[in-house]
This record gives sequence, structure tokens and C-alpha cells, in this order.
Amino acid sequence: MTGFGYLRPGSVQEAVEAYAAHPGARYLAGGTNLVDLLKLGVERPALLIDIGRLPLDGVEELPDGSLRVGATVRNSDLAADPRVRERWPALSQALLAGASAQLRNAATTGGNLLQRTRCPYFQDLGKPCNKREPGSGCGAREGVHRDHAVLGHSELCIATNPSDMAVALAALDAQVELYGTDGARRLPVADFHRLPGEHPERDTWIRPGELITGVLLPAATAGVPSAYRKARDRASYAFALASVAVVLRVADGVVDQVGVAFGGLAHRPWRARHTELALLGAPATPAAFEGAVDLELAHAEPLRDNAYKVFLAHNLALDVLNRLAPAPAPA
Amino acid sequence: MSSASRPGHHSEVTLRVNGKPHTLRVDHRRVLLDLLREDLDLTGSKKGCDHGQCGACTVLVDGRRLNSCLLLAVTLDGSEVTTVEGLGGDGDEPHPLQRAFLDRDAFQCGYCTPGQLCSAVGMLAEAAAGHLSHVTDPAAPAEGPVPLDRREIRERMSANLCRCGAYPRIVEAIEDVI
Repeated sequence: MTGFGYLRPGSVQEAVEAYAAHPGARYLAGGTNLVDLLKLGVERPALLIDIGRLPLDGVEELPDGSLRVGATVRNSDLAADPRVRERWPALSQALLAGASAQLRNAATTGGNLLQRTRCPYFQDLGKPCNKREPGSGCGAREGVHRDHAVLGHSELCIATNPSDMAVALAALDAQVELYGTDGARRLPVADFHRLPGEHPERDTWIRPGELITGVLLPAATAGVPSAYRKARDRASYAFALASVAVVLRVADGVVDQVGVAFGGLAHRPWRARHTELALLGAPATPAAFEGAVDLELAHAEPLRDNAYKVFLAHNLALDVLNRLAPAPAPA
Repeated sequence: MSSASRPGHHSEVTLRVNGKPHTLRVDHRRVLLDLLREDLDLTGSKKGCDHGQCGACTVLVDGRRLNSCLLLAVTLDGSEVTTVEGLGGDGDEPHPLQRAFLDRDAFQCGYCTPGQLCSAVGMLAEAAAGHLSHVTDPAAPAEGPVPLDRREIRERMSANLCRCGAYPRIVEAIEDVI
């Protein structure tokens, strides 16, 4: 690890100004991923800007029924929040399926969204990786890629986004709030992360120096049945091989509202728009669910050793859709 | 900028560790685990993986269990840290959980034990505060403590590895103090 400076700004404005004065600095909050990347030598910033004590740690109900979650709210606190558990249960379930108790006690909402891939080639300075060092090649494509992407990957990068939380947020139509020297803006979480394309070194659409200040859980999905399910190599404390978040409301046997997002399959949480379009207004039946899920997964392009993920995702999605659909009324 | 801001690669921090205040000038790269072991000679907290994966370095910071290998010391100015050396408080008596680990022989080599102990203390506080886990029924009441059965304990302690495989007795020792 190389030495670095350290600043603890007193406000969001001071934080973004500190970045503007020190381009290439990194914002630090929980540090569960960043400190690890410093140790690995993947990150070598000249300056850390500690945002961990900024007043971004509140969870606030807004008059329209949405919930504003501050960027430094800890993952453990957000998972336990009674409002989240009751109205957006997929988010609580996704948070609790991620990492470990110790890590969730440190990790923050904003940091979770910005965590880097755990692709072993990305984390190993001795290996080629276009994400870590553009132009160096991808070691995983012809190498060990059982955990890698089956959707939306590029010639240059097949890494997956490791977050569980972001998958639930994408399905729940959450928005991410950003603040920079150009002002504030919002992006849907489902569009916040990029596909790798020609620039796998860029994980998200955040601009240099922009700071995540919060996440907005919308009223439109509050109280709508939702759930998250994750498959992994161990029963606990492992990244997703595949996961799914589903938001589903059925009225009179017909799908009235639906959001589906997959995790572990792509460079970003994969919002299953084909599935959603097919299901909206369709009968909430196992056959309709299966047809709609297959429409999405027909786009999969598995690599040599990860075709299993397509079947896994298929079964996970059907399980959660069928579980959330109310039983048909007795004839 | 606050007074904590410094342009160089070192800063002064004040921490309370097991009730005692310590003021140190630290390299910004210093993680809490190394500060405890190298600067304060508190070698109970162990370095296993040094990447937040094994749990041997688990300590309590302001009452929450955290991986001390992933915490930059400079960020902890004003924090209260409890290590395995401080679990028993001021007296000579061990913490009830330490007693239970002895009674149940809940270790073999003992390297992971300090982390297991601090983690279990943190876990008991989380369950008492109503924090659910991955294996808790999502329909459980939103208020009140979460009852801890073996399945809950195993899930909640999953980030404390024991390479000797003393898990059954670790779970039993924790059950003894619930």
C-alpha cells in the first residue's frame, strides 16, 4: 500500500470541493471494499476523503410515501429498519443475504452501490484485466469464469456486479441521488451501473467527483409484495452465483405491477424488461411466468463453464414469482 | 475542514480501548488491528486473512462488531474499542461467554477464539435489538428481540471461521449464555 493523505470534510459541499481540488482522490465511508483494494494495490489514491461522518446517515419518510435512505446508513441498520422490512421486504432480504454481519455493520448504502467486482483477475495485479488496466486483456474469458457473466458481457470484460442490495433496488424502482460541483441529480438504480462494452474500467455512470448522497425508495413500490432469493456455493457468506428480486402485484388473477431483476449474471443488476413486458396484464399463472422468464434468458450468452447460471436463474425466478402470486380463488 | 484534516500521510487520533484513552500519531495506512497489536501490545485480536474474510480480527467499536483489519485507524478518532482483553471489564472474572467457551471446550488451537468471542457478544446485542438475519422468518414481528436457535447462531456467526472445526461446541457455548 502506498501512502495517502486524509481529509475529513465537514459537509457534502466541502467533500465535492475537496475532490475537485484533488482529482483521483477516493471517497471513504465503511471501507469494506476500498480498504481491501488498497491492500491489494488495485486502488492507489493520493488522498482519501472521509465522508463517514457527514450527516448522510438518516432514513426519512417523505410526504409522498417514499423513503429517503442516506448514503452512509449502514447495511445492517437498513435491513433492520421496520419500514423497509414491511414495505420493501426484498431490500431487507437482499441486504441480509449479502456479506457477513461484521461487514454489514460497516458497509454503507452508497458504498454498496460502488463496490467493485470480485473477479479474481481484477483483484490480482499479476493477471491481465481490462477493468483494472485497460488494454491489458481479460484473463477470465478463456480462464476461470464459472462465476462470471452470462448476459451483456463484452469481448473486453465478463465481470459481474457483486451487490445483492443493488438487485433489489433495481427491481423496486429505487433512485440514486448524486451530488457534484455541477449540482444534484438522480438516476434510476437500474440504470446506474453500465455494461462493460468498450470501457469496462467504468462500472457506473457516476461522474468523477460526484458523491452518492442517498437512495430513494419510491411510493409506487411501497407495500407491493416483493422478495429476494439468492443461490450461492455456501449456505452463508458468499457472493451470488445467481439471484433474483421480484416485485409483483396481482389483481383479479392478472399481473398488475411487476419488477424483476437478476443478480450475479451481468456487469450490472439485470432488470428483466422482456419478462416484465410479457407479464404486465397477463394471467398470473406458472405457465405465464415461465414463458416470460424464458423470453429474458433467451438473450443469455453463456461462456464455456457457466451455462448452469441460466438454468439456476430460471428456477430462482419461477420460484419467487410463484411464491409471490396469490393462490387462485376457489372456483 | 475539521481539525482532523492533515495534508500529510500521518494524523493524530485519540481512541478509548477497553476503557483507557490512547492518543497516537498514526500513518494513514494503519488499520485498527495493527494499531492494537503493534502499538498497544494488545495481541488478543488475531490477524488471519487480513481481508475481512475470516473474522479472527473481530472487535467491538462503539458496541458493534467489526473487522478491525478493514478499519483505517485515522477514521476512528473518538471511538470506543473493546477487544477480547476488555470483555471481562475491570474485574478478574471472565465474561460469561468466555466462561462458557472454557466449560464447553469450544476451541482447539484457539487462534480464532478472540474473534469468535467478540463476534458473539456483538451478535447477542444485535438479536436483542431486534435485528433479523437471513434465516429469520421475514414475517416475524418487527419489534422485540429475535430468539436465537442453532440455525440463527450458525448464520449470524458465519464470518468467524474455525479451521479446527470447533463449530458444534462454539454454538453450544453461545447457547449457554442466551
